[in-house]
Amino acid sequence: MTITNEPGAELDARPDLVSVIVDGVAVSVPAGTLVIRAAEMLGIEIPRFCDHPLLDPVAACRACLIEIDGVPKPQPACAQVVSDGMQVRTQLSSDVAREAQEGVMEFLLLNHPLDCPVCDKGGECPLQNQAMSVGRPESRFTEGKRTFEKPINVSAQVLLDRERCVSCARCTRFADQIAGDSMLELLERGAQQQVGTADDEPFDSYFSGNTIQICPVGALTSATYRFRARPFDLVSVPTSCEHCASGCSLRTDYRRSTITRRLAWDDPQVNEEWNCDKGRFAFSYMQQGRIEWPMVREDGELRIASWPEAIGVAAQGLRAAGSDTAVLVGGRSTVEDAYAYARFARVALGTDDIDFRARASSDEERDFLAAHVAGSPMRVEYADLEAAPAVLFVAFEPEDESPIVFLRLRKASASGTQVFSLGSGASRGLSKMNGTLIPATPGDEASALADLPAEIREALRAPGAVIMMGERVASAPGACVAAVALAQETGAALAWVPRRAGERGALDAGALAGLLPGGRPIDDSLARQQSADAWGVDPSSLPHRGLSGDALLTSLRSGARRAALVGGVEAADYPDDLVASLGGVDFVVSIENHHSAVTGIADVVLPVAVVSEKAGTFLDWEGRPRPFGQVFRDAIRDSDAAVLAMLAEEWQISAPSSVSELRAEVGRMGPWTGARESFAPAATTHAPGTGIRLATWRQLLDLGVMQEGEPHLAATARATVARMSGATAARHGLPASGQVSIHGSSGAISVDLEIDDSMIDDVVWLPMNSEGSRVYRDLGVGYGDAVRVTRGGQA
Amino acid sequence: MVTPLTPVITEHWDRPDLYTLDGYRAVGGYQALDKALGSDPDDIITTVKDAGLRGRGGAGFPTGLKWSFVPQGDGKPHYLVVNADESEPGACKDIPIMMANPHALIEGVIITSFAIRANHAFIYIRGEVPNAVRKVEFAVKQAREAGLIGKNIKGSGFDLDVVVHSGAGAYICGEETALLDSLEGYRGQPRLKPPFPAVAGLYSSPTVINNVETIANIPYIVDRGVEWFRGFGTEKSPGFKVFAVSGHVKRPGIYEAPLGITMRELLDYAGGMRDGSSVKFWLPGGSSVPMLTDEHLDLPLTYEAMAEAGTMLGTGTPMVFDQTVSVVKAVTRWLEFYKHESCGKCTPCREGTYWITGVLEKFEHGQGQQAEMETLTDLCGQIAGRSFCALGDAAATPYPSAMKYFSEEFETSTHTSADEQFDPIASYVFAAAGVR
Repeated sequence: MTITNEPGAELDARPDLVSVIVDGVAVSVPAGTLVIRAAEMLGIEIPRFCDHPLLDPVAACRACLIEIDGVPKPQPACAQVVSDGMQVRTQLSSDVAREAQEGVMEFLLLNHPLDCPVCDKGGECPLQNQAMSVGRPESRFTEGKRTFEKPINVSAQVLLDRERCVSCARCTRFADQIAGDSMLELLERGAQQQVGTADDEPFDSYFSGNTIQICPVGALTSATYRFRARPFDLVSVPTSCEHCASGCSLRTDYRRSTITRRLAWDDPQVNEEWNCDKGRFAFSYMQQGRIEWPMVREDGELRIASWPEAIGVAAQGLRAAGSDTAVLVGGRSTVEDAYAYARFARVALGTDDIDFRARASSDEERDFLAAHVAGSPMRVEYADLEAAPAVLFVAFEPEDESPIVFLRLRKASASGTQVFSLGSGASRGLSKMNGTLIPATPGDEASALADLPAEIREALRAPGAVIMMGERVASAPGACVAAVALAQETGAALAWVPRRAGERGALDAGALAGLLPGGRPIDDSLARQQSADAWGVDPSSLPHRGLSGDALLTSLRSGARRAALVGGVEAADYPDDLVASLGGVDFVVSIENHHSAVTGIADVVLPVAVVSEKAGTFLDWEGRPRPFGQVFRDAIRDSDAAVLAMLAEEWQISAPSSVSELRAEVGRMGPWTGARESFAPAATTHAPGTGIRLATWRQLLDLGVMQEGEPHLAATARATVARMSGATAARHGLPASGQVSIHGSSGAISVDLEIDDSMIDDVVWLPMNSEGSRVYRDLGVGYGDAVRVTRGGQA
Repeated sequence: MVTPLTPVITEHWDRPDLYTLDGYRAVGGYQALDKALGSDPDDIITTVKDAGLRGRGGAGFPTGLKWSFVPQGDGKPHYLVVNADESEPGACKDIPIMMANPHALIEGVIITSFAIRANHAFIYIRGEVPNAVRKVEFAVKQAREAGLIGKNIKGSGFDLDVVVHSGAGAYICGEETALLDSLEGYRGQPRLKPPFPAVAGLYSSPTVINNVETIANIPYIVDRGVEWFRGFGTEKSPGFKVFAVSGHVKRPGIYEAPLGITMRELLDYAGGMRDGSSVKFWLPGGSSVPMLTDEHLDLPLTYEAMAEAGTMLGTGTPMVFDQTVSVVKAVTRWLEFYKHESCGKCTPCREGTYWITGVLEKFEHGQGQQAEMETLTDLCGQIAGRSFCALGDAAATPYPSAMKYFSEEFETSTHTSADEQFDPIASYVFAAAGVR
């Protein structure tokens, strides 16, 4: 952008720029820029409602009318593209523009209820604000306004007050253009025009909350926040989302030590201006069911203890076990906390038996992460996805598992990115990305990768192509090897997209056996030296490569370990019974913020802060740091790192406890430039048994513990159904609809069957952790395993 | 000299079988098609351009020019869409054409499609006139059976399919881009322009949208030539027009005459005003054009003369009102129509039609306030030129044009209702019979 003060003065000669004069000030902007954007560059604010930079222009509200020299009628600045030499006159220099804008504002306000004092939007309302600048002080009308029944639910979470609506169509355009969930529509016509949905089709979208945020009036409100606060009473803090590895920037608003709402924050590189409903609405868990005090087990019962006592007991027990302690770090830790666990394990306990993967995992996956991901710089970013000619998913369902990746790829697919998904069926998300399904039996992705059609290999050869691997590659033996081979063959970039927000950070922080911070191989002498230097210990004191994954859990169960330090782990996330495994050790310390199955058996429970009570950083799937500040500065609970530092203190080992100290220490260690682990895992095969194979993943909205306490959000979760192809159902004598039972090794799940003919034969899909379908607990099997399906419910 | 009537499209309307293929052929129908199929499509476009035919739907845009905007050789399918959604209050010309002489329309469709290289044509007919829909469907069926529609028409190698589509009852769908949305199965609301339909219209492909009467002119122009066509009308408004006269005249109906005929002449053809009555105000072409009074009766009915008088020829369907009519009431009825038909997309039209109607209804009942006359003027000014499409402009037309000639009636309506000022019964067609 170039601004000159003199109209017609010499402008930048770049050919991609055109010069436009707004209110006598010349500005050169890229060809194709809208007048309203060009004016913004000059600081000229033209009123607007329907205009939104991320939505296609619609020019419906007419609030932004401006005058263009040589054009007889005022034109909408939001839809008018600049042309070279165009003379634009806004309300600042044109009576026509000013009167046109005032006229539209009068019309908009004519039917708008005067309920600003009780409206959620009051205080942050574009209509209210622009009424102040463009509106008339008094109405010229006394006739009655149009009224509607209010509010109505367009979904369980989103409420609509139609009389406040100005028909700007932002919400309907968002639903259609961004989310691809076009159930939200304008209905009726003329003065009766209203936003709504079909009777039997609510606004079923994972992204519905964005419509509330972009509504320029108070027409759309959330069931959770409605009437809960006034914007001017809220304190706002920029934060990052803890729910998944998409890495959204958020704004957290609180009042009187209670979070009232969270909004998507503007981060063009990551989430643009959007987020998913889980990130927006699932925060009550932070304020409910918290562990209030440290506890120690006495005579088989947990009792409240003082911090010194609890720390003392925990330190004593862990000391006794020493390097016979296993450390399980959940996938929700911040980078700083994960680093503290990694450091504590190696320095204080002297063990390398550490794993952050509180889920199905494999040695092949560990080796892949160690060789190709841990500590690596950002290699694939959101912008690369948007520009990618082709993207291939391997065991990855972005709409459920990383929703912002889904949104960005949906946007990309509209401008030519080809999306391919290796999977057992064409999901709703895949069809919204105009994606192509490449049939792959669950768990057997490796052979599908090996047999990938030539045209898809060819597509992946185009510069900028990306292969995206989801967390389920850990349940698909050989998939990592095959994906790496495919990437090497085609030149496509590899991206690993974990589900949990903390996984990538924990990996880089060294919370995985064999890896010191920054992806340093623990058996590399230089890596040991660098880590030991940073930690102020002798390299020889550091442990050598320990156990991870199933081997680690087996060692716990078999009694080969004496103690376990468990930080923020949800037992139900493991395919196998974690509580039973922990039963094999003498002493369990649980560092947790909520009561859980692990705290139920722990010998010492140390309560820690949730994300609103501490500062920290997540690394999103790109590897991009997402730092966030402490929302509640007077929080009484401290971070995991601070608690670990207290434990270490008991042994006269000093450990950094504050975020700034931790970050400084990691910074001093610097990136790892030495040799990485080589990736040569032992060949594994999948022996699922015979029968129908189970495809399953966690839906975005499910029974996850961090979604607790949000009934309105939970009501928007997708219904629990089993899916299989009609042919498979027929072959197994199953009805085309109605209940079926899926039998695993330890039980059965009875749900309604939905025929989905995009699915490959002999596969049944179930949500992994939804109401009525907790696959691990109820079936005792996991992704890719064999199940039996029978007609009817389970007695 | 009295301007003679020049029946062309309407010439054989007294033939009961004109609507059939045989009837139409008996009066020379489909001869133009042979001529067209034997010529270069570009020559047909040039012919229509040279003839100076202007769109008969209301805006009067030069038809040949419109056709020439369609990019040729672009590799995309082209479409012809006939706007037969005649819904303008007072307009009644397209539906009679489709009822009486549907094959003139079909022949025009085939020739036009050939000229613009469209292999698919749509006729979007107002849904409220099922009899017209049936007539056109029957004509299309007969034409298809006769090999005039379909593959390789008359051995020319030209393929054309014609789809008759019935609208669902929205005035806005007569707006060409809303019509396209409706035809595509969406809610009928006007589209943002650019892109214009000639470049990205139906299914984002180059599309010509023409009025029924415009297309029905084509066979005659192709058959009889530019010189013949230009022999009617004026330099800027060549040709003839199907005028549909309604109101307080003795013989309301269809009068096909050269453009340039005066309203006084048309009134004479229509038998003059009913007994004891005189012209109070009249509208040359539907409720969307400003009204005129008896002082304008000798103006030629051409696009240019009407524009000079501050109005528009519009659909060319004059509505004539005599002294028994309350202009306040007439304007209120029109605004009620626009309020009912506003699509709701843009603020000025959606809110403006609603609130203006509310104020006008107060005037109709003698409860208007002096200051509200100015408010109404303001509101109309806030719509005109500010709305998304021409519907808003149309809605902003009646009140200011009524105020131009009859402001005292609105003054009176601040204390006396329209019905007290003008006995409503007196304006009815049966008033002369003394029926009450």
